[in-house]
This record gives sequence, C-alpha cells and structure tokens, in this order.
Amino acid sequence: MKDMDAEGYTTEDGRKIGGVLMEMRNITLRFGGVVAIEDISFDIREGEIRAIIGPNGAGKSSMLNVISGFYNPQEGEVWYKGAKRPQMKPYQVAQQGIARTFQNIALFEGMSVLDNVMTGRIRQMSAGLFAQALWKGRAEAEETANRAVVEKVIDFLEIQHIRKTPVGRLPYGLKKRVELARALAAEPSILLLDEPMAGMNVEEKEDMSRFILDVNDEFGTTIALIEHDMGVVMDLSDRVVVMDYGKKIGDGSPDEVRKNQAVIDAYLGVAHD
Amino acid sequence: MPEQLIWGMEVFLNGLMSGVLYALVALGFVLIFKASGIFNFAQGVLALFAAMTLVGIMDGQVPFSNLINAVFGTEIYSFGWHVPALAAILLTMVVMVALAWAVNYFIFRHLVGQEPIILFMATIGLAYFLEGFGDIMWGADIKNLDVGLPQGINATIDEVTYNIFGYGFFIDNLDLWATAVAALLVIALVIFAQYSKHGRAMRAVADDHQAALSVGVSLNFIWVMVWSLAGFVALVAGIMWGTKSGVQFSLSLIALKALPVLMLGGFTSIPGAIVGGLIIGVGEKLFEFSVGPMVGGATENWFAYVLALIFLVFRPQGLFGEKIIERV
Repeated sequence: MKDMDAEGYTTEDGRKIGGVLMEMRNITLRFGGVVAIEDISFDIREGEIRAIIGPNGAGKSSMLNVISGFYNPQEGEVWYKGAKRPQMKPYQVAQQGIARTFQNIALFEGMSVLDNVMTGRIRQMSAGLFAQALWKGRAEAEETANRAVVEKVIDFLEIQHIRKTPVGRLPYGLKKRVELARALAAEPSILLLDEPMAGMNVEEKEDMSRFILDVNDEFGTTIALIEHDMGVVMDLSDRVVVMDYGKKIGDGSPDEVRKNQAVIDAYLGVAHD
Repeated sequence: MPEQLIWGMEVFLNGLMSGVLYALVALGFVLIFKASGIFNFAQGVLALFAAMTLVGIMDGQVPFSNLINAVFGTEIYSFGWHVPALAAILLTMVVMVALAWAVNYFIFRHLVGQEPIILFMATIGLAYFLEGFGDIMWGADIKNLDVGLPQGINATIDEVTYNIFGYGFFIDNLDLWATAVAALLVIALVIFAQYSKHGRAMRAVADDHQAALSVGVSLNFIWVMVWSLAGFVALVAGIMWGTKSGVQFSLSLIALKALPVLMLGGFTSIPGAIVGGLIIGVGEKLFEFSVGPMVGGATENWFAYVLALIFLVFRPQGLFGEKIIERV
C-alpha cells in the first residue's frame, strides 16, 4: 500500500486521504444457521472511495446493511469517528451522518424530484411545527439554507430539468441519480452506495462513475460502495475489500487485489484437478 | 321564486353542514391510512372515546368508578369538581396522545410488514376493546356534552333569508361552528403536512418505509404522531357529534358513514375526504327531500352506500385517490 499509516495516505492521482473514519472490527452476522458475514474487519478512511466487491451472495449487501444499521451483527464492533457505536436503529445511523442508496431504489414515488431531495435534509431541519410558528424568521432562514444545499446538489447531478416531475414517472437511470441526490443532500460523512450501476447500460454507467468521482472530488465525501462489475470498481476506487461466501479474501488497492490469487479464484473459479 | 326551490336551498345548506361532520371522521381515516397503510376501523370509536373522556374530565367523574365500587364496596362516583371546557379539552388531548402511544407500542409495532387484512383485523379488535374500555372507565350511560358552543337557530341567517326570500332558513349555530372548526383543522393539517419537518417526514413514511429510515426518520415516532393527529381529529368530531346528539354508543357508528365518504373521495386524499363528506351530506339530504317522499322516506339510511357502490363500479380510486397501475 502507498505510505499507509495512521495519518492517511496519498493516492496515485495525488489526493490526500485522511485518518480512519469508520472501522469494522470482527463483524459476524448470522441469519439462523446461515452465516452471512464471518469475522470481517476493515476500515474506511476519510475522503476515500472504498469498494466492497465479491460474487453474488458474498455478503456485500449484508455488510452495507450492517454499516447503515439495517442489520445488527451478532459479534463484532462498529467504530465510527473514534468511538464504538452502540446498537442503533437505521434512522439513528442516518442522523449520525451516514446516508445510503438502495440496490432496488427506495424513493418516494409520489413526490416530485425536488421534494425527494428535500427529504434528505430532514436531519438538518431543527425546527418543529410550533417553533416554526413562533420564530418565523429563523424557520424561513433555515428553509432557505436547506433549499440552497438541495439546489446545489440538483445542479451538480444535472437533474434540474426534472425537478418538478413526480419520481414515479422517471426512467430507471434517472431514479438512481435522484436517489444519489437525496443521499448527497444530507451532506453525509459517509455515503453508502448499494450497487449504484446495477441494471444500467454502458452510457449510464459512465455517467454514474463520473458523478461518483465528482462528488468525492467536489465535496470531499467519503464513499463506500458495493458493486459486482469489477471493471467499474477498479477504475473508481482507492481501496477494495473482496468478499466471498461471507469471508474477506482480499483487501488493498485495485492493483493489489487484481493480482491476489484468492480473488482470481473466486471470480473465475478454481480448477479442480 | 318557487317554494320548492327555496326549501331545496335550505336542505342543500344543511346537507353541507352535516357533510362537514362526515368529512371530519373520514379525515381521521385518511391520516392513518396514508401514513401507515392501516385501515382504521376504530376511528369512530376513537371519536366516542374522546368525547366520553372529555365529558368525564369536565364533570370530574372518577375513572373506573363502577369497577372500583364493585371491588372495594365503596361509593365514589365524582371528585366533586368541575373542569373548565378548554382545560378539559387539553387534558383529553393528552389522553389521546397516550392512547396513540399505547396503540403503537402494544399493537402495531409488532405488526410491521403484515398483510393489510391483518392490520385491519387488529383495528377491529381495537375498536371493540376501546368501546368496552370506555364503558368501564366512564360508564355506558348517555352523556350530555356542552363545551359552550352556541346552539340553536342562527338569527342572522334566518333574518337575512327572510328578507330576501320571504322564508327564513333554519341553520343551526352548532353546524356553522363545526364548519369553521373543520375548515381551520384542514388548513392546519395541510400546512403541517406540506411545510413542517414532521409533516415531510410523515409523507416520507407514507410513501416508502425503507427510504424514510435511510433519511433519518423514526417510523415509530411518526406512527405515534399520526395516531395522535387522528385522535385529535376524532376529539373534534366527538365534540361536534356529542354536542349535537349526546355522547352515546351510536357515535361509533358514524364511522360506517365515513366508508362511503372515503370511497367517493379516495382513501389517500385529505381534500378528497372533505369533498366526499360534503357530497354525501348534500346528496343524502337532497335525495331525501326530492325522492324521499315518493318512496316512503328513510333514504338517508342507504343513499350514501348506493352512491359509493356506483363509484366503486365506475371510478374505484375515488375522486382524488391515487390510481394504482401495476406495470407488467
């Protein structure tokens, strides 16, 4: 690895990566007798694009659900910003600044694109209804500030032209982008992307890759993503965790991972002779 | 102007007013259905329970007094004080919020992700439980509710219409008040849902649970909030109906009249509940007035249901409901 230490490292394209933001320590997750994740540890550093890859059924999505609080592991600890995270509900994790997207897209279909992205700001809205009625000025200032962030995100992801359209009417690729916008509007410390390119054509994949890189570059957002398209991942990410059958079989830069025999075996199969 | 037409106008106005009360009950249904997909059969009983509690608190009744007396052989019935209406309404609201919390904590928290029919059955159970609980708590007798709302014929309208048509309209003051309160309530609810933080969160939960969680919304909090809101709407409806015809068991049956209202307006639309309520109110009064005498009257009992049936055939999603299209 390139000058890896507690302070961080510098990527090949010269970006400075900071210290450890989140750390998974010996995570084990079981569903009844099925072990979805077995004793996996890795960290996510500030400002990096971290990928979790692996064949179907490797436990990638389960891992993402552990990070975002949708699953609670039976064993192991999650450390976030230097402190051990107690068992949490998904909404509490979200309030801590961990935003996510879903593999199968979970948007508010009945709302417009603008309203959808606006819900990403719920975490930052402080004023309750009575407060809003009492301190009209402050509530308005807050609303304006929230709108400014939302507009910036909408602008950034190039979805201005559909901002008033109900999400239910949008094609798949755009929905994925709206979901990304909603997550981004929360100004998250960590952005979790669950198969951001799933079901996309080549052109849409290229667009999405560009947006992910731009988000990381422009806002300095730490991104953890799951993907099983190896090519895309290798181009995008700074470091890659490889999972197979719930176990970690590789961890390192894309180049290191590509040369890892266990990873090659997992993806191409092992010859039994 | 022919007499029939003038009378028709009076009937029309009275229909609007009674429609407002249907709309109020329907509103409670819509709130809960939108946010949690639960068709709350207990909404009518909720209104009854709210009205009973309000009367009980105002009259300083000892809760569960019959039970206490039966078990301990005592003779307590009343604290002997009288709580002013406004304070009693606030206290009742506290009770309704507590009830909302309990309903979510003991029942619906455990039924997340279940089939709609199971949730519906749970609300039927809740309705019967609440009815019995209300009886034990406050007694089953018919109670008089008077929170100081004006009642009786509105003199101004009587006079004005007499001067114009030579015939004074009979419009009840209470109905006018109910209309004003209902209008305020709806405006407040719409502003709340559209612009407040919790209103946004409520719409988010209504749309997609997972997505709502991922933006930091607590489902349990929103559900308690929605049940509290429904309890509040039920309280308002309970006050209006209770003042009009006494707090009694039949109050819970107005919930059944809310069903055709919902089929007309659509189960997911707040404006739909209002318009649906008004149409049913006006429709059944006018129908009774015009066709009633020809068929021997009592059309008010079935008119709403027949209208709803016609709607089910030609426009199943209601006037304002969301059309559900499944892509194949």
